[in-house]
Amino acid sequence: MKLTFTIQGGDFTHAGHPSSEVKKILKQLAIDGKTIKNIVIALYEAEVNVVAHAWKGTVNVEIDENKITIWVIDEGPGIPDVELAMQPGFSTASSKVREMGFGAGMGLPNIKKNTDKLQIETEVGKGTKVKMVNYFS
Amino acid sequence: MKVSELVEKLDLKVYSGQKGLDREITGGYVSDLLSDVMGNAQEGQLWITLQVHQNVIAIASLKDMAAVILVNNLEPQENTISHSNDENVPVLGTSLPTFEIAGKLFQILNS
Repeated sequence: MKLTFTIQGGDFTHAGHPSSEVKKILKQLAIDGKTIKNIVIALYEAEVNVVAHAWKGTVNVEIDENKITIWVIDEGPGIPDVELAMQPGFSTASSKVREMGFGAGMGLPNIKKNTDKLQIETEVGKGTKVKMVNYFS
Repeated sequence: MKVSELVEKLDLKVYSGQKGLDREITGGYVSDLLSDVMGNAQEGQLWITLQVHQNVIAIASLKDMAAVILVNNLEPQENTISHSNDENVPVLGTSLPTFEIAGKLFQILNS
């Protein structure tokens, strides 16, 4: 099964929509609750990263028999130092984003913690491609 | 304990999401950082916060939390109310600050 969603940079109104849709589908497929929780956390954080930092993005979801693969691909500023960005507490979010309670430097660490495989490809000035894989137990 | 029982016990205001008032409360979580809640809150918990925008509902719903309590008489934004009604996540309010409402909730849930 394949799904695609688009995300607009700066549009916090619709942040969480892809996560919510994916959650519904995984529930229908009777995937176990813990796995669904992990996937929802990772996808939501990736969505918010696009909304908070990028100009626009796409979420591509592929659900197989034994796993879910999610690509979150954005056109945006890219990440100059991925290792630094992965550190809990490190954030480049604007003060407006922080006032909303985002931008605490927990997004990427949350994604890492809740995925079985995580791959980040990024180019400064162009964008970032995040690939996340979760296996169904 | 159901959300509706707690509303009565703590004299909470119900702003929206009335259809979710029969949700069962398993505990509480206090945070104004959304990623903290996203990463660490558990299903069935009551979320105490001062954030009033609609992303609170997105997170509470994704995490299957029981309800949200806004502290210090803070009121939810309009789209927070409509989103809460769509998702059946009650948004409640109290005049108490976070420390006090959390203390009361802790006492009730552990008695």
